[in-house]
Amino acid sequence: MSQSANVIEMKDIVKTFGEVVASNHVNFEVKKGEIHALLGENGAGKSTIMSMLSGIYRADSGDIYINGKLSRIRSPKESMELGIGMVHQNFRLVDTLTAVENIILGEKSNKWRGSSWMKKKIEEIEELADKYGLTFPTKVPIWQLSVGEQQRVEIVKTLYRGAEIIIFDEPTSVLTPGEVEQLFLTMQELKRNGKTMIITTHKLKEVMTIADQISVMRKGTMIAQMSKEEATIQSLANLMVGQNMADEGFSIKVIEKGKPILDVQNLVVRTKLRINAIDRINFSVHEYEIVGVAGVAGNGQKELAEVLTGLMQLYSGQIVFNNEKLTAPSVQQLIDKGIAHIPENRMKSGLAGSLGIIDNLMMKTYRSNARAKFGLMKKKENMEWAANLIKKFDVRTPDMVSPVAQLSGGNQQKLLFAREIDINPKLMIAVHPTQGLDVGAAKAVHEMLVQLRDSGSGVLLISEDLEEVMQLSDKILVLYNGKINGVIDRGQANREVIGQLMAGLNYKEGAFYEPEIVV
Amino acid sequence: MEIIPLIIAAAISGGTSLLFAVLGGILNEKAGVINLGTEGIMLIGAVMSAIVFIQTNNLFITLAVVLIATGFLGLLHAFLCITLRANQTVSGLAITLFGTGLSAYLGKSVAGVPIPVSIPKVELDWLDAIPIIGQIFSGLDIFIWLSIALSIILYVYMYKTAWGLHLKAVGDNPSTSDAMGISVAAYRYFHVIAGSMLMGVAGFYLIMVYSPNWIEGMTSGRGWIAIALIIFARWNPIYALFGAYFFGGLDSLGFRMQIYEFNIPSYFLKMIPYAATIFILMFIGWKNRNKPSVEPKSLGNPYFREQRL
Amino acid sequence: MSQKSSFEPLPVELKQDNKKLGNVPFRLEYDAHKKGGSWWVPIISIIVALMICAVFILFNGMNPITVYGKMLAGAFGSSFGISETIVKAIPLLLCGLGVAIAYKIAIWNIGAEGQFILGAIGATAVTIFLPNLPGALYIPVMMVVGFAAGAIWGLCTAIPRTYFQVNELISSLMLNYIALLLLDYLVYGPWRDPQGFNFPGTQEFTPYQLLASLGGTRLHFGLIFALAAVILFAFFLAKTRWGYELRLLGANPVAAKNAGINITKHILIVMMISGGLAGFAGAIEVSGVAGRLMYGISPGYGYTAIIVAWLAKLNPWGMIITSVFIGSLIVGGYSVQTIGLPSSFSNMLQGAILFCLIGGEMLSKFKLKKVD
Repeated sequence: MSQSANVIEMKDIVKTFGEVVASNHVNFEVKKGEIHALLGENGAGKSTIMSMLSGIYRADSGDIYINGKLSRIRSPKESMELGIGMVHQNFRLVDTLTAVENIILGEKSNKWRGSSWMKKKIEEIEELADKYGLTFPTKVPIWQLSVGEQQRVEIVKTLYRGAEIIIFDEPTSVLTPGEVEQLFLTMQELKRNGKTMIITTHKLKEVMTIADQISVMRKGTMIAQMSKEEATIQSLANLMVGQNMADEGFSIKVIEKGKPILDVQNLVVRTKLRINAIDRINFSVHEYEIVGVAGVAGNGQKELAEVLTGLMQLYSGQIVFNNEKLTAPSVQQLIDKGIAHIPENRMKSGLAGSLGIIDNLMMKTYRSNARAKFGLMKKKENMEWAANLIKKFDVRTPDMVSPVAQLSGGNQQKLLFAREIDINPKLMIAVHPTQGLDVGAAKAVHEMLVQLRDSGSGVLLISEDLEEVMQLSDKILVLYNGKINGVIDRGQANREVIGQLMAGLNYKEGAFYEPEIVV
Repeated sequence: MEIIPLIIAAAISGGTSLLFAVLGGILNEKAGVINLGTEGIMLIGAVMSAIVFIQTNNLFITLAVVLIATGFLGLLHAFLCITLRANQTVSGLAITLFGTGLSAYLGKSVAGVPIPVSIPKVELDWLDAIPIIGQIFSGLDIFIWLSIALSIILYVYMYKTAWGLHLKAVGDNPSTSDAMGISVAAYRYFHVIAGSMLMGVAGFYLIMVYSPNWIEGMTSGRGWIAIALIIFARWNPIYALFGAYFFGGLDSLGFRMQIYEFNIPSYFLKMIPYAATIFILMFIGWKNRNKPSVEPKSLGNPYFREQRL
Repeated sequence: MSQKSSFEPLPVELKQDNKKLGNVPFRLEYDAHKKGGSWWVPIISIIVALMICAVFILFNGMNPITVYGKMLAGAFGSSFGISETIVKAIPLLLCGLGVAIAYKIAIWNIGAEGQFILGAIGATAVTIFLPNLPGALYIPVMMVVGFAAGAIWGLCTAIPRTYFQVNELISSLMLNYIALLLLDYLVYGPWRDPQGFNFPGTQEFTPYQLLASLGGTRLHFGLIFALAAVILFAFFLAKTRWGYELRLLGANPVAAKNAGINITKHILIVMMISGGLAGFAGAIEVSGVAGRLMYGISPGYGYTAIIVAWLAKLNPWGMIITSVFIGSLIVGGYSVQTIGLPSSFSNMLQGAILFCLIGGEMLSKFKLKKVD
């Protein structure tokens, strides 16, 4: 195994998206047979660089050398032909096809796909998967596979295509801690087989665990390259976010919780497909309290948020809000009662991208007499009100009418918070509130949530970011398969325990209890 | 008893035009493109058939011209929806409006002129011997057999070949398909154009066999019924076969009931296929209310690569 | 069709968008944020469509300039032409407003034709079933019943859509055919004027049942109704709480749901208004123009209205202009029949305009970007 040759060399890469410079004269080298971590926070430009290697984006300028040869990667196909495979953060799998169909997708040889041919392929792929200890069901549609299994399909897909260089884009963000461990074992196995790997991440501990070589990016620029031996977690953190930010640890003072504001008893939520997405859960949220909900995506978080905001109706059990039993509340009633909602996907379900600031700010309050009189909108008052709000929440916008789709993610989120906090919520339901935000914007979001708690509101924080949940929550519920698999108080949270609960292990000791199940 | 084979035979001849159109629609939608231009494309297919056949008296030239003309309309739709990323609904409506107007304009000279065509029929002596089945299947014209064969061929194409796998991937998840080296645009262009040609053949069959003289707007909503049939057939060419014959049967039911002198004004009998379409779609909607949808997942969405999420 | 080739170099350039094209230092790039389509896009689209249709005129062995000149003269060249154009513009404007309000919330109502016919039938039913109404009451009752009939027809699309997930395009179109057959049944059957020499139409209305004409021309009071509808439409959408809800629903239905807006209720209401406006147009047409219900009461107003609405980008004020423009095409289309061009020429032209408009709007969202 030659250790010296650079299999990838990117020189002076520039890429802009409109006004945003995603990659600013970046240089990047990877040696054969190493696991190379590309470290950087969200929006640092890691994905952009990797997308250029996999042929999804093309650089505005700069050169890419693969195995020492100047290469033009104009399409994913050309990337594959150069031996580069990518395991995407959002898996590039067709949900409706089986694992094997996904793996052979794009294969041009043999147009006829009779059952004997398929059988041969299934055997071939199972053999390949076994070689690296990767197991997954091969014959059912992808959507029936767990996230970890889907990722294994992605890895086998790159191997099947003869990839020598495998790029893992934020591979751990969707996995339970147990699955992460397994992934790292797979990566070690691949390394033994001579594969070169690049892993993009913002998680420092993972970098120190798995990487041989580390590159750090910040705001589209390559900051440093070093070997693992030269790095420490602290030095990497400083490089990644800039000296000042890293030092400022986030502190939250513990305060006494107030009276219960939300009490959920034996709640069952049934989806359209008649599956109990939420299955007999009990919990409560108090005033002056942040309750975090941890769990791997798809374990009932979405349905929990929807039932509490009136978007879905409960199937059985009851929800008591502010001492009042809610049976079949409408979204509007819940808004009026003081439940605020930061939905999962800002642009998809929170804001109307083509409308301006004022229209977006009015969404929850337009029915009130302050906004409209006799059914007529008060144009002048609304303008002043909106201007005040965006000043108060520091939303940076060129004007009040241009479409909010043009704002940055952080400003969109601030706009959303401005709107929701303006209704003086008794309960705030925030779902993945910092997804896709850079560190500065995420910090602002955290501060707003804590402020809200300190002013007496209850907060239900649903997030896949374990770090965030552990930092902010006074109490953590772990959702697994629609059930609460454990409740942990502030200070007693530890990653390993939460990880096991997220993975569905019934961990019976320690500082949490099994929820009582009443049939 | 002898009425049943008659009804089935009528259903088949009435449904064949629909079948071509549904198969064309399935090809479009499987690739992720809604084509609401079906009605207009069928009309263009029909009017071109009339004009060219009256001029040339040659079935092959006629069919070739129909394929070229309707393929070109498909190309327009594909260009607007795939390359320019226009709203597929509006583009399809534009094709239907344009096709309706253009066909009426072009067809002025041949309106009402009977088309002296004889389509070759397939006589199968061994089949005739079988009771009922023989009555149904003997002496069917060649295009009926062609349409049945096409359903089967398309079924095999969609489920047993590499192209079919890629087509499904393109319609369900274009960005992944792109990442896997499948040209989304090429697949979409090809299937929109090929599908539009089949819609053209639907018009060709309608005028050459079913009702051989040109009348303005003679498809009278068949294109739209074909679009409804795609949902009815769950995007499956074999189901499309039965769906088309079912509606073909409804279509000819009007005739039959008049013959048997039911005391219902013919206007109401003619409403049956239209009303049935709505009620059947309502039934399907009600029946599938708790089931995941089987429609192509990215139906109606333009795809472009350099999109930043 | 070969005129379309003015568009054709584009796909080639788009496919290789990131490569330099020979020595040309530009490439075309799609810009989602670019405000697509300024005021000149519809005008250029119309010009391109006229050029495309010129080819078909040439096929017919005629001079396009003569034909277009004749159309222009027919529509605007005389006071009769102008009043005819406006008479056509009235139903187009009302139906256009009707479809536009549905399109604002992404409900694709293409059933204005059927809703128009139902409105005409409804208004006529008043004259048939209430023969002894006090004279002054006829017009208001006919208008209200016409509106209501159209609204009910609209509901026949909205209810399957909201409760059974039936695609509204298909159902509204099916209902057009059903309405047309119902009209044929009535005018050939029970409602046919016995003294009408087999003419498929009802008895002529009495003077009380006719809309007042404006200054003795063919223009009628319906013009005032249509303009009032434009003002109401614009006012409600821009100024009221309800208009805000529709705007939100059109911009992002998921966010609207999160804001507590009841989508089902809005679809039902909007489709009732949408159908109602078309029905209103139908009632105006029978009592202002035809003076009776008859076979072929609508020469496709409901379909043409789609183009009127789209050409004006769903803007109510713009629709005043586009309805007159399309009305002039219809009238001009009649006048070229005298030189041997089928009247369906104007339908083709309308289709071509819509086509070019969509293409033009999307093209204007692409911008030339300099490659360094």
